[in-house]
Formats: sequence, structure tokens, C-alpha cells
Amino acid sequence: MTAACPACVAIPDVEDLEIGPGLKFSIPAIHCAACIGKIERGLRDVVGVNSARVNLSLKRLTVVGAANPEHIQDALTDLGFEAYPLDIEALNTARDTVGRSLLTRMAVAGFAMMNVMMLSVAVWSGAADATRDLFHLISAAIALPVVAYSGQPFFQNAWAALRVRRLNMDVPISLAILLASGMSLFETLNGGHQAYFDAALSLTFFLLIGRYMDHRTRSAARSAAKELTALEVQKAQRVVGANIETVPVVDLAVGDVISVPTGARVPVDGVLLSLTGLMDRSFLTGESAAVNATQNAPLQAGEINVGATITLQATAVGEDTSLRRMAQMVETAENSRNSYTALADRAAQIYAPAVHLLALIAFVGWVLATGNARHALNVAIAVLIITCPCALGLAVPAVSTAAISRLFAMGYLVKHATALERLAEVTRVVFDKTGTLSIPTINLPEAMGQTDRAVAKALAQASNHPTSRRLVTALGGVDAADVSDIHEAAGQGISGTSLGDTVRLGRGAWIGADFDGLGFRAGNSEPVPIDVVERPRAGAEDAVRTLRLPAEIITGDAQEPAMAFGKRLELPVSFNIRSEEKLRLVKAMSDQSDRVLMVGDGLNDTAALAAAHASMAPASALDASRAASDVVILTDSFAELPLALKVAGLSRKLSKQNFAIAAVYNCIAIPVALAGLATPLAAALAMSASSITVLLNSQRVRYTK
Amino acid sequence: MNVLVVLIPISLLLGFIGLLAFVWTVRSDQYDDDKGNAARILLDD
Repeated sequence: MTAACPACVAIPDVEDLEIGPGLKFSIPAIHCAACIGKIERGLRDVVGVNSARVNLSLKRLTVVGAANPEHIQDALTDLGFEAYPLDIEALNTARDTVGRSLLTRMAVAGFAMMNVMMLSVAVWSGAADATRDLFHLISAAIALPVVAYSGQPFFQNAWAALRVRRLNMDVPISLAILLASGMSLFETLNGGHQAYFDAALSLTFFLLIGRYMDHRTRSAARSAAKELTALEVQKAQRVVGANIETVPVVDLAVGDVISVPTGARVPVDGVLLSLTGLMDRSFLTGESAAVNATQNAPLQAGEINVGATITLQATAVGEDTSLRRMAQMVETAENSRNSYTALADRAAQIYAPAVHLLALIAFVGWVLATGNARHALNVAIAVLIITCPCALGLAVPAVSTAAISRLFAMGYLVKHATALERLAEVTRVVFDKTGTLSIPTINLPEAMGQTDRAVAKALAQASNHPTSRRLVTALGGVDAADVSDIHEAAGQGISGTSLGDTVRLGRGAWIGADFDGLGFRAGNSEPVPIDVVERPRAGAEDAVRTLRLPAEIITGDAQEPAMAFGKRLELPVSFNIRSEEKLRLVKAMSDQSDRVLMVGDGLNDTAALAAAHASMAPASALDASRAASDVVILTDSFAELPLALKVAGLSRKLSKQNFAIAAVYNCIAIPVALAGLATPLAAALAMSASSITVLLNSQRVRYTK
Repeated sequence: MNVLVVLIPISLLLGFIGLLAFVWTVRSDQYDDDKGNAARILLDD
């Protein structure tokens, strides 16, 4: 590219820069057109940005160009938006080929349906002889290739079911589509009066709408779940000689020395090289108190370092870490949900043989009565087409689409196909405690004066320890005092100088008090104990109270904190329960014909989450636990948990109602069809009317309170 | 009735053009962000 002016030569041409891989950011605060304009305009000036595009539905920003991710994040912060970089590999942004092919098939079926319908209206209003035959021929020319193309999702499902000698809803649907097309072709070629091309096409079109909506709501939930994984950018700090370099976790090898700063998660299994370490294992064991580790102690991936920065030597990396092995075990485990038969399939197992038998009876009956095989076949096929497989095919997807998008709006991501139906059947709820029902917080003592609070805040602000951060949150309204010489004694506390006095915040023994827990001491005054307690998660108390099911807590935590917390929520508690025992307890409940809903977040819950009839995990849960659960709760509050169960219950009820509606239509239509009075017009009306009733009835799930 | 010979192909052709337009919109990712597209109409640039 030649520059227009000599001075321009010095300016690097943006288009000549190598286009880097796309960067993706999650920006939860985007909500309007103004935000889109602000971000896209604002990023244009950042060096290296070729194009920036906001996706408002996903609240996600895609940047193309060789730009530095940190510059972009800074630019976004300047614009007033909090942005989180997403790990593109974890996001797996492969195109949604299934959704796309469904959409195209739906469009093709819609196009064909409308054109054939136009020709059919002429036939219904009295076109006769050569004109009628011509119209039928044109209809056939449009309908047959379209049915062959658009009907494939149904044919494939039906074939897959038949091959393993099972029946699903796609079997009667496929049969109705194929027979309607086949018979209509035969009638057309023989100058017959009736052709059902429009029925075959509208059946395909309506059902594809249902399929597409269903797919779309599910993939929205799945992509939101994937985004949670992608938010945890997998980086580690490797120690090479005297230097520390930041590398992706996948590049770590056995034997590498890794530095883990305060508050960070241990990326791989390893042994501790530092003399001591203070580890939070609550994700792995459910214990709320931190654990002391000494040199050469084994550390597991997933533990959080709450003490000073530690170094460790990797002993297992990547897929070999105990965390990944656990996650894989859960993913591949044969569990109850794979063998669960969905409501629609159970209905199909009754419906399909009944309808097929009815059609056979009609055929045999008419052959015996009139001896006219062609007319008898026409009647039999009319029975198959008119028995509303359309309404039946829509009965469940229409409801689940509405229910899943309702739950999505509430912050509940439904990940699994049969999750709604299983949630509706739950008879008992088991909660994990630490991280699920409870969040550790600080109880500020009344005895602590304003000056002490200001000093304590100044000390706490200087430390990354989780307890310090919680203390800062608890002291939200207080202005920090002026404290100098702040020094942190790892695992003990923080000291400083304020107004000539030495002030200390830390373990009881360290500040010279006679209590064990956290305390504060100014100079030589009486030490003030600060209680670290577990506060129930927002809405947890409401949820437990309004839940009309027996509930209990099963935790890996010690007796004392577990009992105290259970008393507060008025729930029975089992404590000191390890992962395998949790699994055994949940299985024992299932054996007593209880259907258990497990709500948990840690690695110790993962097996139980997978084994339970249905399971939920908060968004803060470990990746493995989220993968094992049916529903991920994105909101911080649990207040709407009973409502989510209610929506699931209602959606099962509405699905059954939809089946009943379809059955009522059948009660009217079947006698007409059996009597040989069904016309293509009657079939079209019955099909549309029943489908629309079913769709409208399904929307009721959106308005439950 | 001879007018049908002209009208039917025309109506089919128009429908087919509509279908092609739809397939093009699917292929160029125009259904990936329905909320964003609704909001973008309010932007000046």
C-alpha cells in the first residue's frame, strides 16, 4: 500500500498489522444502545484494535486486532465498564451449526408451506379437473424435496430410536409426514381429489419452530455456563531461576517450581517447598477453617493459599491432577440422568402404538366394509395425519422453552435436557454448607470504638488475607485511619503504628490475648475479640422456610460450626461427612424412593451432585461441580430457589395439560377421520388449531409467582 | 385460466427470492444478537 503523503510513511498502517486472534471480554454492565456506541467508539482509538463488536444478548465484546488485552481492559475501565477477559479456548466459540441448520430447514419448510397452502386454497375453493391436477403436481414438486430436506431431524431421531427398538415422539411424526407425502403423490399421479401436501409441510414447519426454540434457549443456557468456565483465566506463576514468569496452566510440567500468591488457587498438584503454608481447603473438603501445611506436605490443585506467598513443586499437571481426574470421573460416570426417560418419550410410548393400531383398524375395517383398498388406505392415512402429532410434538418443547427462558431471566441456568422434569419430581433437598448456604463474615463487636475501627480498617486494607478483606467489607462505612509502619506477619496478623501506639490485628495469641480467634489490640489496652462467623447466603433463610420439602445440611465441616449454622436455619445437620459418605448418604435416600435435589459447590459435593436425582450449584462453585449439576445459579441470592422448583413443577403440569388438549382434539377428529369424512382442509384446521392452543397454554409458565 | 401460467411461476420466484434472502441472513450471523440489533437502530453512526 503506497502512502498518499510522504509524512504518512512513518504512521504504521493499521491494515498491515498482523491480525491477532480475537479477544473476548465479558461486560456484565452493558444494557442499552448507548453502551454499545460508547464502547465501540471508545475502543477505536486503542492501538492495534481493528474492530470491536458488542453482542448485547450475550453481554460480550469481541475485539479483532493485535491489541494488548490490558490496554483494552484499561480503556473499558476508563469508559466506566467493568470487563473480564474470557479464555477463548474454554469458551469454545465453534459456530452453532445445529441451530443454524434447524433455522434453515425451518425457513425452507415455511416457504414451501406458504406456497403450497396458496395452491391448496384454490383447490379447497373448488378448482377441478385439469386445474386441480396441475396445482397438485406443482405442490408435489415443491413439497417432496422440501420434506426430504426439512424433515431430516425427525427422520434421524426416529431412526435412532427404532434401531434400539424404542419409540419416541419422532416416530409417529416421521410416519405421518412420510405417509402423507407418499399418499398425496399417489393420488396426484392418479388424478385423485385429495392431497395432503400442505398438511405434511405445516406439520414439519410447526415442529421445526418448536425444535429451534428449544435448541436456542438451551444453547443460551449452555453458553452462559461455558462463560463461567472461560472467566477463570488459567494462568500460573512459574519460578525460573530468580525470575517469575506468568504462563498458561497448560504449559506447566512436572517438576516446575510454581509461586502461588496470597488468595490464589493452587493450579496443579504438588509438594510445598516453603517452610509453612496456610491453605483453605473448603472447596475440596467443606472445612471452613484454614489448614496449616508444612514443608513437603502434598498440595492439591484447587486449594486456595490464604497465607503468605508460597512456592511448590509440581508433581502432577493437566489431566493428571486429582481435580481433573475427579471432574472427568463425574463427566463420564453413568448416572441416573442418562437413563431418565423424558415425559415426551413416555407419552410417545403410549401414543404411537395406539395411533398406529387405530390406523390399521381403520384400514382393515374399510377394506372389509367396501372392498376398496385405495379408499381404505386414504382413510387410514387421514387418521394418522389428523391425530395431532403436531400438538403432541409441541406439548413438551413449547413449555420447556418458556420455562427455561423464565428461569434464565431469574438467574437459573438449566443445563440438562431433562433437568426441568427431574426438578419437578424432587421430594427432598440436601444442602452443602460452606460456600453454598453459608458465607463467612465478620461480626463487629459493640465494644469496639470508632477510632479502633478506623485503625483496624487501615490494617486490614494492607493485607490480601481473605479474613482481612471480609473485615474491610464489614467496615464499609468507616474511613481508614492514618497508620504507618504497617507490617504483615504471615499467618499471624498485621501490625502498625498509630498515634505513637503499636496497633495489632491478628490471631489472639499473637496480639497477646487469652482468646484463640481474631482480635484487635491498640497499644496496651484490653484486646478486643472479633468474631468470624458464617452468615447464611442472601435469601437462604427465606428459601429454606418457603421450601415445602424436607431439607437438611450435609457438610464436611467440623461439629461446632456445622451445628451452630444448622440451628440458625432450623435444619437438621450431618457433619464431618467426607465426599464418599456424602455420595453414600444421597444414594441411601434415593434407595428409600426419595428423589433428592442436591445443592452444593465444592469438589467434595461433586459425586453427590452427579448421583442425585437433580442438582444445583452456585456460580461460585468449582468447575467440576458446575459440570456435574443440572442447574447453575447465577444470582448471589437463594431467595428464588423455591420459585425455581415451582416453575419446574408447573412446567410438568402444563406439559401434561398440553397432552390432554391434544387428546381432546383427537377425540373430535378421530371419529371424523374413521368415518372417512376427513378432508385436507379439516386436517389443516385441526392441526393449526391444536398447535396454537398448545403454544398459548405453554406461555402460562412465564407468569407464575 | 392462462394467466396462471405466468402468475404461478412469478409467485414461486418471489417466494424463492425471499427464501434466498433469509438463508443469506442466517449465513452472515444476523440472528446471533437479536437484542443488540434492536438497540443498534438507535445509534447515530
